[in-house]
Amino acid sequence: MSELPGDLLYTNDHEWLRREDDGSVTIGITDHAATALGDLVYVELPEVGQDVEAGGEMAVVESVKAASDVYAPVAGSVAAVNEELSDDPEKINADPYGDGWIVRLEIEGLDESELMSPDAYQQLLDELDD
Amino acid sequence: MPFIPHTEKDTREMLAAIGVDSIEDLFDEIPAELRIDHLQGVPEALSEMEVSRLMRERARMDGSPLCFIGAGAYEHHIPTAVWDIATRGEFYSAYTPYQAEASQGTLQTIYEYQTMITGLTGLDVSNASLYDGASGLAEAALMAVRANRRVKSGLILLAPGVNPVYEHVAEAIAGSQGLTFEWLPKDAKTGNVAFDELPEGKDPVAVVIQQPTFPGTLEDVDRLTDWAHEQGAFAIGIANPLSLALLKAPGNWGEQGVDIACGEGQPLGVPLSSGGPYFGYMTCKQKHVRQMPGRIVGRTTDLDGKPGFALTLQAREQHIRRSKATSNICTNQGLMVTAATIYMSLLGFEGLATVARKSHENTTRLVEGLCAIDGIERLYDAPYFHEVALKFDRPIAPLLASIAEKNILGGFDLSESAGSDALLVCATETKTDADIDACIAAFAEAMA
Repeated sequence: MSELPGDLLYTNDHEWLRREDDGSVTIGITDHAATALGDLVYVELPEVGQDVEAGGEMAVVESVKAASDVYAPVAGSVAAVNEELSDDPEKINADPYGDGWIVRLEIEGLDESELMSPDAYQQLLDELDD
Repeated sequence: MPFIPHTEKDTREMLAAIGVDSIEDLFDEIPAELRIDHLQGVPEALSEMEVSRLMRERARMDGSPLCFIGAGAYEHHIPTAVWDIATRGEFYSAYTPYQAEASQGTLQTIYEYQTMITGLTGLDVSNASLYDGASGLAEAALMAVRANRRVKSGLILLAPGVNPVYEHVAEAIAGSQGLTFEWLPKDAKTGNVAFDELPEGKDPVAVVIQQPTFPGTLEDVDRLTDWAHEQGAFAIGIANPLSLALLKAPGNWGEQGVDIACGEGQPLGVPLSSGGPYFGYMTCKQKHVRQMPGRIVGRTTDLDGKPGFALTLQAREQHIRRSKATSNICTNQGLMVTAATIYMSLLGFEGLATVARKSHENTTRLVEGLCAIDGIERLYDAPYFHEVALKFDRPIAPLLASIAEKNILGGFDLSESAGSDALLVCATETKTDADIDACIAAFAEAMA
C-alpha cells in the first residue's frame, strides 16, 4: 500500500479531501477504497451546480464486482466534476490522489475536526488490516 | 405436496439449534387476531386427479371461438417448431438460471433475442426482458426519472393512445415512488394527441407515446417525439413489436429517436393463454444503459480467446446494489423470450413483415365490411395498423352477446374509455376471408 499524501484530509468512508487556494475543496476516494473495489468501469458524477449535504451521496463508483456511493465529506455546491472519468474511470485506480479526483465543491466552511488527519486515517487502515 | 425438501428430522434439528419447540412458535410475535387460517375464495387443496378434471372442464368452457379481439394481446399463428424447441429440457426454465454462465446456450439465446429486439426498435441496447408490457412502462418511467436527472418533477405525460391498463399498472408500481402520470389532450376527430392543445412549461421528465395507439390509430410519432425533447423530457416509445416490421422504429422517431422503448412481446410467438405469461421488452440508447433495469447478456471471450456469453453490467442489479438497484427485477421471462427468439428466427424479417401486412389487409377487409352496415362507422379518422375502433348507433354489450352465440368474439368493447358506443376490432393473419365474412354477416344479422 502506497504512502498517504500528507497534505490531504480523510474520512471514515475512505474519501480524501484537498483544500484548494481559492477556498474550494477537491474530493476523491483513497487508494485503499479503489483497490478494494477493483478495476473501476464507471463513475456516475453529479451535475455542476448541484448542492450536496454533508454525508449525502455525491457520486457512484462502480467496478465489475461492486458499486459504491461516494459521500460528500462537507456540504457545498458542485463547482466541477472530473469529466475525464466518464471515458477513463480507471484513472481512479491509477492515480487516486491526482488524475483520479472526482468532484470539486464550493463550500461555506470546513470543520476539520470532522475529518481525519493522514496519521489518523493510517491508523484506521492499520486496524482494518488486523 | 409442498415443495420443501427437508425431512422431519432436518426440521427438528434446526428447531433444536435455535431453541424453538415448533415451527408454529416462530410466528408467535404475530398477534392471534391478525392471523387468518384460510384465504377467502381459495378452496381446500385438491388432488392432482381432481385438479386435472377441473381444468379440463374449465378448458372445455372456453371452446375455440373465432376471435376478433386484440386490445393489447393478439392471436397469431405460432409455428409448431417454436414451442417444440422452446420446451426442450435444455431451454425449459421460466427464468434466467442461477449460475447463468454455466448455461451458455440459454445466455446465447437471450443475447440473440437482445440483438433482434434492438434491431426491431432501432435502439442500441436491450435487456433480457421484463414481466409484460404494462410493467415495462412502469420500469421505463422509473428509468427516465433516474436518467433524466435534470428534471425533478417526477411528471410523466401520456399520449392519449397509451393503453389505459398500462397506465393503471404504471401508477400502481410507480405512483408510490413519487411519480405522477397525466394524460395529454386528445383530438376527438383522430383519437390521437391534440397538438394545438399541448401544455407548455410542465417540465415533464418523460412523454410516453404508443404506436399503434390503443384504439389502433397511427400517431404522428415524429412530431410528438420532437415535442417531448423540446420540453426537456425523455421520449418513451411503446410499440407492438410486430408492427415494427412495417412501421418506423422508435429509435428513428423524430430528430433524435426515443430514449427508451418498451412494450408487449406477446405477438412474437407467445400464445394468448388466458392472459399470460407474456413478456415485456425494453430497449434504450447506449448512454442510458446504466439506468436500465433487468438482466443484460453480453458477448465476451474466455481465457483461451474463445467467444462466450456472460451477464453484464450487473452493478445495476439488486444482488450488488441492494436498495440502490435500478429495479427489483432480477430475472426475466426466460421461456417466453426463448419462444420469441425462435419465432423471429423462423420467420425472419420478411416473414414478420408478411404477417404484419396480412394482418393489416384482413383488418381492412373486416372494417370495410362492417362499415357497410347501417349504424356502424369508423370512430376515428386516422391511419391504422391491424386494429380499428368503430362507432355504433346502439349499445355494444347485447350485440357481442348475440354474436357470441355464433361462436364469434366480435371485438373489444371500447365504450367505457371512448365515452360512446364503440368497439375495437382486429383481424390478424390467422383469419381467412370466410372467417371475416362470417363475422360481418353475424353483425349484419344482429344489427338488422
